[in-house]
Amino acid sequence: MAAPKLLDVRGKRLENEGYVIRYQRIRNRSMSWLWSLFRFVLILGIGFIIIRPILQQISVAFKSPEDIYNPTIYMIPVHFTLENIKNALDILNYWPLLRNTLLFVVSTTLMATASCALAGYGFARFEFPGRNILFACVILTILIPASTLMVPMYLHFRNFDVFNLVTLFTGREGLNLLNTYWPSIIMAAFGVGLKSGLYIYIFRQFFRGLPKEIEEAALIDGAGGIRTFLMIMLPNAIPPIITVLLFAFVWQYNDTFYASLFMTNSELMANSVAALPANVNQQLPRLLGIEGTEVRADPNHVAMIVDTGVLLSIAPLIILYLFVQRYFVESVERTGIVG
Amino acid sequence: MIRMRLTLSQRRAILGIFFILPWLIGFVFLFLAPLIESIRFSFSKLIVAPDGFTLQFIGIANFREALAVDPEFNRVLTQSVLEMLYDVPMILFFSLFMATLLNQKFRGRSVARAIFFLPVILASGAVEAAQQSGLIQMTGSVQAAEDLAQQQTGFDPMMVVRMLGNAGIPEWYVDYISSAITRIYEIISSSGVQILIFLAALQSIPSSMYEVAKIDGATAYEMFWKITFPMVSPLILTNVIYTIIDSFGDSPVTERIYQTAFQTQNFGLSAAMAWLYTLSVSLLLIIVGFLISRRVFYHN
Repeated sequence: MAAPKLLDVRGKRLENEGYVIRYQRIRNRSMSWLWSLFRFVLILGIGFIIIRPILQQISVAFKSPEDIYNPTIYMIPVHFTLENIKNALDILNYWPLLRNTLLFVVSTTLMATASCALAGYGFARFEFPGRNILFACVILTILIPASTLMVPMYLHFRNFDVFNLVTLFTGREGLNLLNTYWPSIIMAAFGVGLKSGLYIYIFRQFFRGLPKEIEEAALIDGAGGIRTFLMIMLPNAIPPIITVLLFAFVWQYNDTFYASLFMTNSELMANSVAALPANVNQQLPRLLGIEGTEVRADPNHVAMIVDTGVLLSIAPLIILYLFVQRYFVESVERTGIVG
Repeated sequence: MIRMRLTLSQRRAILGIFFILPWLIGFVFLFLAPLIESIRFSFSKLIVAPDGFTLQFIGIANFREALAVDPEFNRVLTQSVLEMLYDVPMILFFSLFMATLLNQKFRGRSVARAIFFLPVILASGAVEAAQQSGLIQMTGSVQAAEDLAQQQTGFDPMMVVRMLGNAGIPEWYVDYISSAITRIYEIISSSGVQILIFLAALQSIPSSMYEVAKIDGATAYEMFWKITFPMVSPLILTNVIYTIIDSFGDSPVTERIYQTAFQTQNFGLSAAMAWLYTLSVSLLLIIVGFLISRRVFYHN
């Protein structure tokens, strides 16, 4: 008698459980679907906020001046033109400017990476007296704002003289290195340039994470310290090298602080872009052929050319980014900056 | 012969010093020396001559001038330090939130990541300056340009403010949130590196922890606060410090210091201002570092 009843109860319970499971599955699925939707909308929205200025600049770059006062236009112009780009290229003196800037940025980037890799390795793998204090000094270089050192640095490079060597040999006063590439290159080569402390930190963290056995094996095989570094450690340190190269390149390219401090008159992208609005105001009438008349260039037209110029100045970075963005994202994860 | 007598550890020490030598030279001559000089400048009157400069000791007159005489410095300093304090929580919250989102698996994740790190490479002071001065020239005044830039965001925050105010939420909080919304572009564009760092931290959390929690029946919300948050908390400190340091670059104080040095040619005053700035920032860093590091959880 008891057995069928039990079965009955159990059957009912099973059915109940089936409902609960089905209900929960539906709930979970709809919750996760809602979450996906929410996430999608959020990411789309924020992504749009980020790329909207670029889209707008691209739109402006191809917009003909006659479209400026057409209120029905959003983003996609009615009359396309390459005139803006031509004018901006002309006013910026773009190609020589780009060549100079790249030459300068690439050389400082390489210098900074080399010196910071050496220092990072030294701090990570060698015991020497005062190591911790010196590393604290590296952190200090990160923490002290550059504006504190600005005036002494300026005077230093205006009258550059190491140990009075220049005066000793030539009898003249120190060299004026302002408005040359040397101040930034020297600073990068000696590991105190733009954000160098951070790069040293990245390298140190990475080298500390590598197994010690690699070096011991190299030592037993008879490689000296320098050879071990060049042949064994550097090939293993590709992720931090890429990270530092990328960040050093981008930050140096965008830097206005040192550019306006040491190289006010040099042809550098950062300086030219900052001075662009004034230059456009001056030169646009000449390009439009209304020079010498009472007619002034339309301020909206000027703004158009400025926007186009800004787009041209960041174009190299965007193109670079299209190729290396994968490394950019992965690099920080791999360098072990976190651990 | 002397080389032979060195022990292995001594040789390693020499080699280590050899490796850091470039940095050490740079540090001593291009960092330490200017640093000390800058302290001297701040207590002196500096007269630039064609063949160098002369210093004239004037005590704390420069500091007094910066704090009591200069009409703008006080205001600019407090304002930018306060703004820094104001921005840091927003940037932190936003970057942690975005990092958690970007760490999840969904279609188009790599594209989303690529877009989110775009501000890292486009954060250029020069571009900002060009756009700002372009607007100023167009409208003829600084104030109008700022208003215009504000309007261009095309969103009326007052609606949200009123709505939240009616809901009985404290006013300062509503103000904070609404200012976060109006300045969303600034916040997004200054949190690129922070997102990268948080993302790296999130990926270093062992997935077994989440599996265990899931089996024990933890919800996603609980998992975030009990696993994710403690595990990334050391990086919160890193990110706070990074955010504060990052805001030096184009802060109005830096600009003011620069102008004092190179437009009014008052190098001593500029050095004094720079030191006041450094001191207030380092004070801030110490306080923040102390407060946060007490709460940080270290897994290992």
